[in-house]
Amino acid sequence: MSAQDEKKKSMDIIGRKNWFFAISLFVLIPGTIALLVWGLNLSIDFTGGSRLTLSFNNTVINNQVQVVDRVLRETKIKIASIEKSNKLIFVRTSPMDQNQNNKFISDLSKEFRDVKEQEFETIGPVIGQETTLNALKAVGIASILIILYITWSFRQVPKPASSVKFGVCAIIALIHDVLVVVGVFAILGHFLKVEVGSLFVTAILTVIGFSVHDTIVVFDRIRENLKKMGSSNFSKTVNESIIQTIARSLNTSLTVVLVLIALLLFGGESIRWFVIALLIGIISGTYSSIFNASPLLVLWHELSNKTKEIKKQEIL
Amino acid sequence: MKSPRLLFFFIIFLTIAAAIINLPSFGILSFTKPLSFKQGLDLAGGTSLTLKADMKDILEIQRGKALEAVKTVIERRTNYFGVSEPIVQTAIGRDDYRVIVELPGVDINQAKNIIGTTAQLSFWESQGAENAKTASPSAYPLGVIEVLGLNAKKTNLSGRDLQDTSVGFDINTGKPQVQLKFTSEGAKKFADITQRNVNKIVAIVLDEQVLEAPRVNQEILTGDAVITGGFTTQSAKQLSRSLNAGALPVPLTYLQQHGVDATLGSASLLKSLFAGGAGVVIIIIFMIVLYGRLGIIASIALILYVLFVLSIFKLSSITSYAITLTLSGIAGFILSIGMAVDANILIFERMKEEKRLGRLWHESLELGFSRAWTSIRDSNVSSLITSVVLYQYGTGAVRGFALTLAIGVLISMFSAIVVTRTLLRLIYR
Repeated sequence: MSAQDEKKKSMDIIGRKNWFFAISLFVLIPGTIALLVWGLNLSIDFTGGSRLTLSFNNTVINNQVQVVDRVLRETKIKIASIEKSNKLIFVRTSPMDQNQNNKFISDLSKEFRDVKEQEFETIGPVIGQETTLNALKAVGIASILIILYITWSFRQVPKPASSVKFGVCAIIALIHDVLVVVGVFAILGHFLKVEVGSLFVTAILTVIGFSVHDTIVVFDRIRENLKKMGSSNFSKTVNESIIQTIARSLNTSLTVVLVLIALLLFGGESIRWFVIALLIGIISGTYSSIFNASPLLVLWHELSNKTKEIKKQEIL
Repeated sequence: MKSPRLLFFFIIFLTIAAAIINLPSFGILSFTKPLSFKQGLDLAGGTSLTLKADMKDILEIQRGKALEAVKTVIERRTNYFGVSEPIVQTAIGRDDYRVIVELPGVDINQAKNIIGTTAQLSFWESQGAENAKTASPSAYPLGVIEVLGLNAKKTNLSGRDLQDTSVGFDINTGKPQVQLKFTSEGAKKFADITQRNVNKIVAIVLDEQVLEAPRVNQEILTGDAVITGGFTTQSAKQLSRSLNAGALPVPLTYLQQHGVDATLGSASLLKSLFAGGAGVVIIIIFMIVLYGRLGIIASIALILYVLFVLSIFKLSSITSYAITLTLSGIAGFILSIGMAVDANILIFERMKEEKRLGRLWHESLELGFSRAWTSIRDSNVSSLITSVVLYQYGTGAVRGFALTLAIGVLISMFSAIVVTRTLLRLIYR
């Protein structure tokens, strides 16, 4: 075996596709179990909580906001937001019962003599069921439309390859990426108490947008090579296409990852987990477009060939 | 696209325009309305309103549901007004039902306009005297007895039967009017009502007050109707939007209204802007290291991308599709900077490939663009599909996200393809 054959063999991605599927499952299975068992650690954005209106004799200054923040943290109550408005402070927290509320107010009175609690309300979620359902519905509809678009756009791939498979595999890769992020956050939520709120929804939507984007770069090359070489040796064509495009797939993701790392380092605490969710999603998106979406195409192609042969034999 | 020189001047023109828009204050040009970024609650604060829902007509067990419906309607109304990223929350106080609405960048009066009135529309007719009930006058909406007498009766047609409404102008008087389009079922009800009331009066009641009491001339089968209730253009638009968003299931009264300050200090905004700057610098270094002179051109295109998108954000503040900048929105924009060079990488890699096949520099330039195009087109079209669907079905922050995504995709295609190619063609002619 020559050195070049050796090199070619080492780049046989399709031949090792089961290994790559296994790596995906290695992340997906614990994540999915965590999601089913523990669920996501939903923030007050989703669950609702309590809202307090505190009034003071004079216009509130930033120092007072910090003291309110500190006292709340000492009473182990999670804070969603603290807003100041003239002589008032509005606080949104995780659900608080009457005892916790009384204790908080008496603690706070030690700091400020003039503080009064004007209102104590139970508030519903910012992201209600309707918003969540609408977003899910939209993602579902978008997925179907993307499948239709890819099916149309890849209609010229020579038989027996079929363009519908390209669309479906792109969406499977998308589901993979979303599940990876959601699963990892279910695990993080259980062990590190990481909460998911409205920012997380945005992160997931971004991952969805990016995932298909990345997959199409590889698929486009497969389409081009199939037109040139025909689909007689489907898996070889796919493998070559992956190898031809792997550099640009990695480079396009690398620019995004670099920007995210800049955001992680300098962007401040309030968006840290948002950026981490995006990083996981982008890395998963790159992985799935190279190692899942195209190998899946080959797997599907081989399976349908087999069933055709079996049918042929039955007829004979 | 045959003349790179013409395109080049077009790009220069756009760049100058974008630079002017982005300059903090440009002394010579005075806009009637100053352009500024519209900032979200977290960055700029806004107005906080607490509304109390009047639940006296609602059964105890259904009150929670009614409150949820109020929240949904208010969210929809803010959407119709193009206010993105509002916070609408239900709140249950000691013994009353409330909705807290926080809107970024509007004052208290504007906020009240947006939330609007209950917008419960009903249609009343007078029934034959023989069936007349002796109800107390207080049970009737204001003005009904005056136009229909004590025999007035509420019909089964209401705002729920509306499919859509719009604002139009009366051909004869030129006055604004609200045009109603009923659903097919509503149209049937309306036809029945007009049929049995020919030459009689039908009163249109909005929020317990007669808005208009026209005489029916003939049966109306088309399912269209107009209200000409002495509107101004402004009030007609507001009613139309409120009707389109649906009526509030219960009347609301204002309990409190406050201006609220930003929840995040300017420090966190500066931090993300710094991160964004660092991101741009890193990408420029990355592109120049990987692609040399081509990388410099891509970097120029990237800087133009940033300028163009910021101008669109700023310009959008005077339209009804204002893009609200929140901290997460800014992070998303910074992320889009990383994605904006995607197309350039695809093109440049393709050019490298064609050159390896022994083509001339000039040829590989053109082939790089034309052969990379299908992948750029398909990947961006799928992103656009996602953003259009999210915009259509999403609410609140999801919509804002969709709009920003679409702008990022379109502008990056322009900067990475048109700008880069024009510059390359001019340089290497």
